[in-house]
Amino acid sequence: MSLPQVRIEKRLKQRRWLMVAVPLGSLVVAHIAIAILLVVTGHPPIATFRRLFDAAYIADGALTNSLIAATPLAFTGLAAAVAFRMKLFNIGAEGQLYFGAIGASGIAILLAGQSTPVLIVAMIVGGAVLGAAWGAIPGLLRAFLRTNEIITSLMLNYVAALALNYLIFDSLSYWRDTSATGLVFPQGKALADAATWPVTTIGSVAIPFGFLVAAAVAFVVWVLYTRTRFGFEAQVIGDSPRAARYAGMRTRRKIVAIMCLSGAIAGVGGASQMGDFRHVLDARGLQQANYGYTGIVVAALARYNPFAVVFAAFLLGGLQNAGYTLQSADFPSGLVGVMQGMILFAMLGGELLVQYRISISRPVRHTRTQTEPAS
Amino acid sequence: MNNSIVVVVLASAVAYGTPLLYAALGELLAERSGVLNLGVEGMMLVGAVMGFLAVQKIDGAKGVVLPLAVAVAALAGAVAALVLAFLVITLRANQIVAGLALTILCGAAGLSSYIANDFELATDPARYSFEEVNAFGLQDLPVVGPVLFGQTWLVYASWVCVLLVGLYLSRTRPGLNVRAIGEAPAAADAMGISVAKYRYLHTTAGGAFAGVGGACFSLALTPLWVDGLTGGTGWIAIALVIFAFWRADLCLVGAYVFGAFSALPLILQAKGYTVTPQLFQALPYVMTIVVLVIVSSGIGRRRLGAPASLGVPYVREER
Repeated sequence: MSLPQVRIEKRLKQRRWLMVAVPLGSLVVAHIAIAILLVVTGHPPIATFRRLFDAAYIADGALTNSLIAATPLAFTGLAAAVAFRMKLFNIGAEGQLYFGAIGASGIAILLAGQSTPVLIVAMIVGGAVLGAAWGAIPGLLRAFLRTNEIITSLMLNYVAALALNYLIFDSLSYWRDTSATGLVFPQGKALADAATWPVTTIGSVAIPFGFLVAAAVAFVVWVLYTRTRFGFEAQVIGDSPRAARYAGMRTRRKIVAIMCLSGAIAGVGGASQMGDFRHVLDARGLQQANYGYTGIVVAALARYNPFAVVFAAFLLGGLQNAGYTLQSADFPSGLVGVMQGMILFAMLGGELLVQYRISISRPVRHTRTQTEPAS
Repeated sequence: MNNSIVVVVLASAVAYGTPLLYAALGELLAERSGVLNLGVEGMMLVGAVMGFLAVQKIDGAKGVVLPLAVAVAALAGAVAALVLAFLVITLRANQIVAGLALTILCGAAGLSSYIANDFELATDPARYSFEEVNAFGLQDLPVVGPVLFGQTWLVYASWVCVLLVGLYLSRTRPGLNVRAIGEAPAAADAMGISVAKYRYLHTTAGGAFAGVGGACFSLALTPLWVDGLTGGTGWIAIALVIFAFWRADLCLVGAYVFGAFSALPLILQAKGYTVTPQLFQALPYVMTIVVLVIVSSGIGRRRLGAPASLGVPYVREER
């Protein structure tokens, strides 16, 4: 007996229906895998999923909280998507977001007496500039010294986290609350009330201003990549650097520009953290949230499509929100992380079906009469 | 003299450098074969939790249970790595995304926490833990005694592992094959070496090392369970491999240097200097970037360098 042969060939054309069916199928597969884990460990799967879904999207205030959790993920997801589309693997959104938060809160403290619209613009600009500056470092190193941006951007995350700790815990910086209590319990200066970003309420759902900004950014990114020469060239450089160079494209400039753009988007995410939610440079809270790394998962789930990123951020934000809400003895902790990982694994596996054609064929049976050595 | 703060800090630099060393050795094997596994932190946590679970649940004498727990940790890390290997080698998924997914799946808010929660591991400290062993009776030597000879078995075993991995990569046929695959998979394939098989084996072995690294925390350094108890060591291990120019012996040096740098501010503060601890803690990361720049620029590329195929899936039809 000969084994069936599996052949994997690259699809020349991507099938449209597969691009929808595969993500849905992956979701189903991931849920089945998690259900098995739940059954093995003695939890009722259906009831657990129902509680999770309820806490994420249905219960009172669930949508509002899910949007709060989704907003930073939308920014970091877009930051990752912008860079990954050009095959620049910027995994430094984490650090770029910290610097965005530092920039935005710094400028909000500086312009304390100003009106809300002025402050919003100033904070977004401040966040974008510092985020872009932090993203420019791996970009410049990659463009001019051919240094792998994956590792440098990862290392810079740690440096950024230490910078954040320094500003709040180990110095009397501009950002630190230097009143009597602030000296004993280190924390950032509280921002003025006018620096609080407005909330849009539809029915009972409160939409953070930052989420709307993220949606606008998604549109801009979409225009950039589908309607401009800049975006087209960036994609060519990503797919084939040599072809791009022969065509006379300015590869280095584009690498630096895209890394800056990616950093700026993550930086605005940091600004949104300050303006929408935290209102104080919260060093520990920002580091515990892991927005940057989760953002990469969001971008991958969305297959780097900017609109899909916002949607995927909403899905994962819902999961995270449910995880917080259900934190109790009878709800398996860690389930949310397992679900995120499983879904992503299933999606990555499913990607193979979108990009490749798999054919399983049984090799033709040889009959005895043919000239084949007897085995 | 052996109680002076310098010696104490140096000894703890070795102790805390050990999990880093194990994880880095594992990542070294994977990267040499061309697989950049960013899931080290996740594999360490899974190893840590499974090792801890084994110590709590297996009955037996201490001398039996502890080695068994380390074996369980290694196995857990290997299984986690196998999942990643399947995704990136067979299914050709993006290595960065898959590695991050592995860390999220297994990490502090994922499977390791799920298992710990399900078996209620956070309630009790470990029944047994590795203790310092006075090696060759040399523990009382000045300075080097406590630093080198007053450590746990895990530390001594890590030195053997460094030696073995170093010899394996430089002196054995399979080791040379791995390096060939890391540099030029197409050429290795033409030589008749199975790229996929080697990558599977080394990624999985790397996971086993990471699992043991995790167990260093839960069975020796902090023998109790807290979610996320490895505290980012897995990420530092990835930096360490680069810092060590992809060499096992330099991993050993680097692990202790990294350990010392995080301990250095303590020494200086105790001596009455006012220092910024973050400056010292940032140094390993900044130095890693500097090393990477040197490696990728012209001078370094000739002799010391990243495996050329690092992070690139190998597809025979597309070479």
